[in-house]
Order: sequence, then structure tokens, then C-alpha cells
Amino acid sequence: MEKLEFRFPAQPATPAAGAALCGVVGSGNLEILIRPGDEADACVVSVKTSARGFGRIWEAVIAEFAARHAAGGTRIAINDMGATPAVVSLRLGQALGEYTGGVQ
Amino acid sequence: MNAPVANKLVLRRSYFEASARARVAAVLDAGSFREFLPPEASEPSPHLAVLDIPGAFDDGVIVGSATLGGRPVLVIAQEGQFMGGAVGEIHGAKIVGLLRRAVQEKPAAVIFMADSGGVRLHEANAGLIAISEVMRAVLDTRAAGVPVIALVGGSCGAFGGMGIVSRLCSAIVMSEEGRLALSGPEVIETVAGVEEFDSKDRALVWRVTGGKHRYLTGDCAELVEDDAASFRDGAIALLAGWQEPVPASSTLRAEQTRLTERRQRFAGLRDGLEVWQALGVAEPRQIPLMDRDSLVALKKGLPA
Repeated sequence: MEKLEFRFPAQPATPAAGAALCGVVGSGNLEILIRPGDEADACVVSVKTSARGFGRIWEAVIAEFAARHAAGGTRIAINDMGATPAVVSLRLGQALGEYTGGVQ
Repeated sequence: MNAPVANKLVLRRSYFEASARARVAAVLDAGSFREFLPPEASEPSPHLAVLDIPGAFDDGVIVGSATLGGRPVLVIAQEGQFMGGAVGEIHGAKIVGLLRRAVQEKPAAVIFMADSGGVRLHEANAGLIAISEVMRAVLDTRAAGVPVIALVGGSCGAFGGMGIVSRLCSAIVMSEEGRLALSGPEVIETVAGVEEFDSKDRALVWRVTGGKHRYLTGDCAELVEDDAASFRDGAIALLAGWQEPVPASSTLRAEQTRLTERRQRFAGLRDGLEVWQALGVAEPRQIPLMDRDSLVALKKGLPA
């Protein structure tokens, strides 16, 4: 298992719920839990992944997510079981959608 | 635009394919579920962390309260996609805590959506103790007059300790896709050899563990389609007028006698096909091809 921590600046999010969870820690999948964070203009992400050595790819995927979405003021925790970067991107968008009360 | 009813698409939501959270949302009354220890308040498994394996926030099981057909129920839903739904220490403790709450609150029922290969071997003794505590708690709940209804239709079925737990419940609702047994097919093949049981023969696996077989042998009370709405209807139908029996040693002895006689009757049979023939099914080979309603009708016509 590898533990990774990231912090990216992002436009503030407007939460609709106290927390949102999506996905399952199954093969090729991951779960994402979004909770309110301490900094309104930053997205703080901690990842636990079964696949070692992919830190730079995680960094790129999450940086792109933070740049594209208003995801500030959040603390995002991820448990990963080998999801591909595309799946990670889709799940991040889905989790943020639920957190802000948008698309379920 | 009002399409004619006959042309209306009947959309199914596969129970087999759904996640535990999707099952909870689809089986219970819409919007009624309230989770105890939600992911943000629960703890991932410390045992998996020691082994350097990522855990799940809810440790692979969801517990809470809801209504089903307007009646209050407590709910357990195992997530088969996380570690095969296996029961670890926290996973087991959440189930036991919910069942103890049922003893106190006396809801109309506990709905137990089982989807598990049994004990989480990574957690060794902690997992074994957890599942034995679940067994005791199921019996305590039933002794308090609260029926525990197991729904078995997930991708992991109900095997090992969870096979025992399922049979300890008041009744089981199953789909054809569901599987229920003690030792899993791969365990049997590993221990006794491929001549004894070929776990890669999927049709054989379903003929000896699947929902149709369990329905014909009377191990599950209701057979339903692989559809969350059908599981919901099956559970509601089962609960209507259900009276949880008062535990008595005489009924246990009668059940023991029935099972002993069944074991003798089917001794030496190696395939569901042979069992179905012994039960009086004229064309056992047709069973795997039959739809749910035809099979239910066929069972009604079998000799008692």
C-alpha cells in the first residue's frame, strides 16, 4: 500500500450535504469520501492505494480535477484498489457532484 | 406523450450487479434509510492496515434503520465487491451491534442483505470470533421475537460462516443467481480434488448451490427474479403475517430429524440433477432453463 497526500488550490465548492461517498474498494475501483476541509480555496486529498509507484499519475489526475472543478474547501479521502486514471477522474467528478447536490 | 402500457419498458435493476448502497436504496422504502456509523464516522479495518491493504471506510457493511412497506425495519447490507464481503472484526461488530439494537427496539424485522464468502481470513481469530458473535446475535434477535430475513442474490452468494448465518435466519429470499452453501466450490476443489468437484464448471456450481436448487430443497423460502424490486416484494410478502416461532427444543429436534433423513435420502447423489429427480421432478434437465414463475409452479406440484 502507498499513502499519498496532495493539496491543490481550487475555487470554493458549495456543499449540499455534510459528506459524500461514492465507489467501492473493489478490484479496479476505488471509493472517494468528500468532507468539508479547513481552507476554502484548497482541495486536500489523501490517497491509500494498493498499487505502488503511481504517485506522479495521481498528482496529474488530481491537479486536473482541482483545476477543472470548484472543489475548494474540501478534504477528500480515497481508498483505491487499482483504479485506472480515467476511473479516478470519473469518480472524483461523481463524488463532487453528490457533495454539491448536483448529478447523482 | 403517453405511451400505451403494453409498450412500456419494464426496467430492471439487477440485484446481483448492484452495490450494497444501491441495494439499500432500491429494496427499502424510498428515502427511508438512515445509516448508523456512516462512512465518515466509521473506522476502516486496523488489521488490513497492518497488512498494508487499503480498507473501506465502512469496512464493507452498511447498517441502519428504514421502513419496508411502511413497517420499521433494521437493515444490514454487505458489500460483496470489497474483499468478497468477508467478515472482519469491525464489519462483524457493526452487524452484532445492529442485531442487539433490534432486540431492544423490536422492529418488524431485520433485513440482512448477505453477500459474503464468510470469515475475512486476513483478520484470523478476530474474524472467526466476529462471525460466531453474529451467529449468536441472530439467534438472540429471533428469540426476542424479531424475524431476521436474509436476502441472498449478490455476486459472492453466502458461503462459509455467512452460509451458516443465513440459514440461522428466520427465512431466506433468494434469486436464481444467488448461491448458498458452506464450503465454496474452490475450497472443495482445493481440498478434495477436481474429481470431487470442478469449481470451473459454473453450471454444476449453480446446480448444487444456486437459488433454484435451494428453492427446490426448501432451504430458501422465496425464489425471486434478479431484480431489486422483486427482492423487495419477496421480503414484504414473507413478512406479511409472519409470526416468529418461540424457540423450543422439540422444534429443534424435529428439524434435526428432518435434516438427518434428508441427508440419508440424498446420500451418494453428486449433482443437483440427481437430487431434483429424487424429489420427483420428471425432467430435471429442464430446471436450469425454466423461468422463476414456472419453477415456483412446478414446486407446488411436487410430492410433499
